[in-house]
Amino acid sequence: MASVLSQVVDNMKASGILTLVGAGSVAAGYLLARYRMKAGNLYLARFLRLALNMAITFSRALCNGKASGILTLVGAGALAASYLLARDCMEAGSKLRKLYPASADYPDLRKHGNLMASYLTPEIYARLRDKVTSSGYTLDQCIQTGVDNPGHEHSFIKSIGIVAGDEESYEVFADIFYPVIRERHNGYDPRTMRQPTDLDASKIRNGQFDEKYVLSSRVRTGRSIRGLSMPPACTRAERREVERVTVDALAGLKGDLAGRYYSLSNMTEKEQQQLIDDHFMFEKSVNPFMLSTRMLRDWPDARGIWHNHDKTFLIWINEEDHTRVISMEKGGNMKRVFETFCRGLKEVERLILEKGLELMWNERPGYILSSPSNLGTGLRAGVHMKLPMLSKDPRFPEILDSLRLEERGPRGENTEDIDGVVDISNLDRLGTSEVEQVQVVVDGVNYLTQCEKRLQRGQDIKVPSPLTHKFISDNTIGK
Amino acid sequence: MWKLKPPLEMPLSLKYNYILEQLTPHDPAITGNKLSAEEEFPNLSKNQTCMANVLTVQMYKRLRGRATQSGFTLDDVIQPGVDQSEHSCIRMPGCVAGDAESYTVFMQFFDPLIELYHSGYQASGKHKSDMNPENLKGGSDLDGQYVLGCRVSAGRDVDGFSFPPHCSRGERRALEKLAIAVFHVMNDEFKGTYHSLKNLSEEDCQDLTNAGILTDNLVTPKMFSSGMARDWPDARGVWHNDMKNFIVWVNKEDHLRITFMQQGGNLKQVFTKYSLGIKMLEEIYCQKKHPFIWKDNLGYVLTCPSELGTGLRGSVHIRLKYISKHEKFDEILQRLRLEKLTGDAFASTESGVCDISNSDRIGFSEVQLLQFLADGIKLLINMDKNIQHGKSIHDLIPAHK
Repeated sequence: MASVLSQVVDNMKASGILTLVGAGSVAAGYLLARYRMKAGNLYLARFLRLALNMAITFSRALCNGKASGILTLVGAGALAASYLLARDCMEAGSKLRKLYPASADYPDLRKHGNLMASYLTPEIYARLRDKVTSSGYTLDQCIQTGVDNPGHEHSFIKSIGIVAGDEESYEVFADIFYPVIRERHNGYDPRTMRQPTDLDASKIRNGQFDEKYVLSSRVRTGRSIRGLSMPPACTRAERREVERVTVDALAGLKGDLAGRYYSLSNMTEKEQQQLIDDHFMFEKSVNPFMLSTRMLRDWPDARGIWHNHDKTFLIWINEEDHTRVISMEKGGNMKRVFETFCRGLKEVERLILEKGLELMWNERPGYILSSPSNLGTGLRAGVHMKLPMLSKDPRFPEILDSLRLEERGPRGENTEDIDGVVDISNLDRLGTSEVEQVQVVVDGVNYLTQCEKRLQRGQDIKVPSPLTHKFISDNTIGK
Repeated sequence: MWKLKPPLEMPLSLKYNYILEQLTPHDPAITGNKLSAEEEFPNLSKNQTCMANVLTVQMYKRLRGRATQSGFTLDDVIQPGVDQSEHSCIRMPGCVAGDAESYTVFMQFFDPLIELYHSGYQASGKHKSDMNPENLKGGSDLDGQYVLGCRVSAGRDVDGFSFPPHCSRGERRALEKLAIAVFHVMNDEFKGTYHSLKNLSEEDCQDLTNAGILTDNLVTPKMFSSGMARDWPDARGVWHNDMKNFIVWVNKEDHLRITFMQQGGNLKQVFTKYSLGIKMLEEIYCQKKHPFIWKDNLGYVLTCPSELGTGLRGSVHIRLKYISKHEKFDEILQRLRLEKLTGDAFASTESGVCDISNSDRIGFSEVQLLQFLADGIKLLINMDKNIQHGKSIHDLIPAHK
């Protein structure tokens, strides 16, 4: 650039203009860098002051036509340098290590079978690799869990393979998050569609299950606190802040929701055993998906469990998300479980808002949590039920798919079933309201109990037709 | 012409460096500076690692704003130690270095840590390297009835790349490519084949397992928390020569981990062949303009501070039926500057088979370390024989070396 300029300059022979251009560009560069100084280091201003002095001495001493070329070189060089420095200071974190082009850093996803791998093209990677959110979270950190855990190419439910470190990640890395969200949530487009919220438990119909088959019922969701980054990206102080704020707010719960907090690092043996017996406890995961997400750092610092004295309502703090709000009971009264859940959740949200904090919520993706599969309501309503004959039937996966349900082992995600006891819960979290999702589970579980009864009587079962649902998009409003 | 005065603060800035650091404007790249250092300081009350014994709140406050050129911060350095707090002991360093520069940028943390872990070594001292096998006295005739095999192994890191906890995929792949190019040049008895972990065929896998090269626990929990296990098995691999006794692991915990092992009791021969091989590697790497990283005070610079200096672990697979059950066994080992390797797949306490290696890494040259090993093993075999024949070993117990 500088040599082209100097050639042009020699042709034009306008020496006076050129010295002005040289000095002016240097001054402009200095001012540019000065405004960026908040983000950069101290020495930048000093360097540019030196450069300015140099240019001025040059122009005073060598003010004739022959030196005009040199001056434009100096001016152009200083301008280019200051521009590059200023630009680099904007991305000060990412500039440090990108000695290699994006193609060298692109992960080898040929044997991978998760959603992230199907949508991360080299172009998207090259575009997003150098971006950083304001808490310093990068694309490499988002996709690390997907790169480390290839998953199975032909498994029934593909794993997601990507996590978000903070609310901003969903926007900064939208190019990879949005296709993944669209596929996981049946074509829901976060750019044009809206997430409804409905926490009115009285709308649930047929919410009492046959207790010969249903052993326990549980409803869980997650909530994140705005302004603090989520477990994959949070620092120790942020995690402790989440714990402090949440426990503070929960102290205001009254009536049958009043309870106590148990911190994981200060628990006694007896308390730990009691929590395990109540099925409330969570421990440091050995799940390989979790190990690569950086959520397990500094365990067990600032993690804990809060539950009410009646043992129907509990909250996990800093496990996979800031808070996981859970309501569970033995038996099959899903309607009561959901009712406690709604009541408790509304109270908790109110208390957190009273403290002057906000929850991470946006009308497009709904409630924001660390895994894109939990966006929307973040709700997983499930039961542990005994389906000894149905779970071995080859049509079982198809039936579940039509009913919009998923099966997990009773020990949680990615585990096998035990003695025909399976965990049945809803698949959909985004695009439908809480009441609709719980109703789907209720109807589905009732159908499954019917199927099991028929199989035990020796009758045949029918695979139901798939449920359909229409999302609320901006175009449908007003119809 | 240069009518510029140098900035006046220069001499003072050296003296009041730490105040200037507090005054520098906030760099958004260094995250976590929003909240104060006391709030960020990890809970080290139940932590027994070396890191926990060295790190104080003032040190954390001073160093948390710094990062190396490639972006490695103090939080990254101490993360493995903080995650390990439940099963920690004083023999764990609890920290990793992301590149050679970390040892200088976080000097205020690493120097006391090195002095604590390698007790007796001053961080400002000089470390000498001596790999001449002629200087090793004895060691060629360890009793074959007791000694089952000898092995010498060390790590090496290559200049111009950051270390496994921190390197990007591009760097790791460039390292692998460089290593493959180097292995092509190796000749004579060091001709061999490279196996990339990603493309391992079934029969190769079986061969390597039988030769003892490929074990089950390649990836440990410490590797997960320090970031060394990222993108496994991308750009990882193992090279071995045709006889399968000279083995080089690429991109595991360090850039290279070089091992020579052999059955029988000829420690000197193992060391001779090992030093030949590693010298050859060093020369070839120098030719490729990426020498092994060496510092005068730290020796060979490696990822884990426990491996600094020689990085050498000479070990002997030995059957000591009687003395291994003796109550003073651990003390004797400590006096001989040796240690017993724990968690080994082949160590069983009933038959007394265990792995004994040198416990120092820095402050002594390679020859000196293997001398400790050779002398110590001879003494232990004598003691074992004595106990077998019912004699007392009280006068054989050595003074601390």
